[in-house]
Amino acid sequence: MKNRELSLKATRFGYGEGLVELGKKNANVVVLGGDLTNSTAANLFRERFPDRFFSIGIAEQNMMTMAAGLSLTGKIPFISTYCVFSAGRAWDQLRTTVAYGNLNVKVGGAHSGVSVGPDGATHQGLEDIATTRCLPNVVVSAPCDAIEAKKSTIAIGKLSGPSYIRFGREPVPLLTTEKTPFQFGKAILFREGTDCIIVACGYMVYYSLLAAEKLEEEGLSVGVLNLHTIKPIDEEAIVECAEKVGCLVTAEEHQIMGGMGSAVAEVIARTFPVPMEFIGIQDRFGESGQPEELMEEFNLGVEDMVLAVKKAIKRKS
Amino acid sequence: MTRMLKKPEELEQIAVQLRVDLISMLFEAGSGHTGGSLSSADIFSVLFFYEINHNPADAVWPERDRFILSKGHVCPIYYAALARAGYFPVEELMTFRKLNSMLQGHPGMNKGLPGIECSTGSLGQGLGVAAGIALGAKHDKSDYRVYCLNGDGELDEGSIWETAMAASHYKLDNLVSIVDNNDLQIDGRLRDVMNVYPIDRKFESFNWNVIKCDGHDVKALVKAFEEARSCKGKPSVIIAKTVKGKGVSFMEDEAGWHGKTPNKEQAVSALEELKKIQKKTGVWSGAEIQLTI
Repeated sequence: MKNRELSLKATRFGYGEGLVELGKKNANVVVLGGDLTNSTAANLFRERFPDRFFSIGIAEQNMMTMAAGLSLTGKIPFISTYCVFSAGRAWDQLRTTVAYGNLNVKVGGAHSGVSVGPDGATHQGLEDIATTRCLPNVVVSAPCDAIEAKKSTIAIGKLSGPSYIRFGREPVPLLTTEKTPFQFGKAILFREGTDCIIVACGYMVYYSLLAAEKLEEEGLSVGVLNLHTIKPIDEEAIVECAEKVGCLVTAEEHQIMGGMGSAVAEVIARTFPVPMEFIGIQDRFGESGQPEELMEEFNLGVEDMVLAVKKAIKRKS
Repeated sequence: MTRMLKKPEELEQIAVQLRVDLISMLFEAGSGHTGGSLSSADIFSVLFFYEINHNPADAVWPERDRFILSKGHVCPIYYAALARAGYFPVEELMTFRKLNSMLQGHPGMNKGLPGIECSTGSLGQGLGVAAGIALGAKHDKSDYRVYCLNGDGELDEGSIWETAMAASHYKLDNLVSIVDNNDLQIDGRLRDVMNVYPIDRKFESFNWNVIKCDGHDVKALVKAFEEARSCKGKPSVIIAKTVKGKGVSFMEDEAGWHGKTPNKEQAVSALEELKKIQKKTGVWSGAEIQLTI
């Protein structure tokens, strides 16, 4: 990876392209917009299928319940707004109308993570994995790049039942290609390792790979597991990693409390307890800044990851 | 496969029958929402036995009108209406709120209950669901209509007004909300808890067609539904003036009977009062079975 120039593309465009692909194949796919159509890349769908795009305005609770209603007429509605709103403001609607009813509503969670940048804390979604994975019937996706985001969007469009997908604002490196196999619910080992494995999702998969390369220079063999589906969690893959290397580090652009790391810890504690370290937001709100500097500020950078891996390895003994 | 279009005399009898069923059900269950169920009995009678185009033998008939109980807590009387209309056996009503019953404390769609469109219970959400269905119907150029029963206290929820805005924006004239305006919520009178009046002017300002009627006069309700049906280009709201606890003198217009159920003595007394009413209206001939407490 060091010696490669990686192309950059925001995961939201993967979502937008995924919507168009779905729209082409299935006339029942409709998209609802909450006055954030361009920034969530739902405009790609709107341009292509204007009669299947419904503008709901800045009214996320109504957007969630109207999507529920549309799903009851056989449509496959995708809600497009920032994750602080779709998995926050409209949470009761997501829980009590969509999840409890097991309705076929697809929730897009844009602008996740601190890498959202200058908008600051109010718009940096750091809690959405926690608020969605705790809901029965809801599946949760956190793709690592735009290509994976497109595949995941298409996959959840074909699944039956409530689905949530989180993606980001900033262009991030493409780590996969169209040819990379993708199966919803199946984690992918991006890199082998024997001393430790980093279980990562979203943008943090890239940082994990950088950290693994850095650690290799110091003689440590560190693998990276791309956990693109947080629910249903790939228990088998996680346990396999733990059994192989004896310690894990999780990495996410999300609060440590209740996030993907917690989900992994639930599996590990129950099946094959090993020392774990957590890279994520440490119980603080986001802030304004440039995306790259925020990743450092919030201890999500390569140095933080390297330290965490070393700590986990040390705790093995 | 039809609108039942029953005559006013019969609709009155059915409304009393639903009240009788309700008292029996709630006494048996030991919990549930009495006042708001009683206030909406006539509305349910007219909805299910006059207005709505449906087929109790085929709950998923695609062209059926849809009904969403946004004020989900009055589901006991909704269940009674479904049973009396023929969706499932009347005896099932006595399983209300019991473990494994398809008659959950608030409507749930995951227990195999025929006739239910959507789970409800968290106020302010059902109208949005109804609007979504109405929008889907328009998109598909389907002719079915969508009905939604709201509480008046429920109108405190901002999400209701988000939906009101959207329903007008999308010209959902296939959508009818009925507001059970019994003027009481849990903590007391609407004006004291959170003054939501004037309800009519609020909906008018959101560009809805507003119809007002006596919610206990079946003829007036029938007329209101016909008026809603004829309105094009905008959604309709029927603000039905009602009395919480209607039909049982000691329950009428009392906030305390929102979530309280009658004990044996009260149930017996309530049923006696309803029997007296039946002496005037006549007993509904369509009731093959009566529940006993």
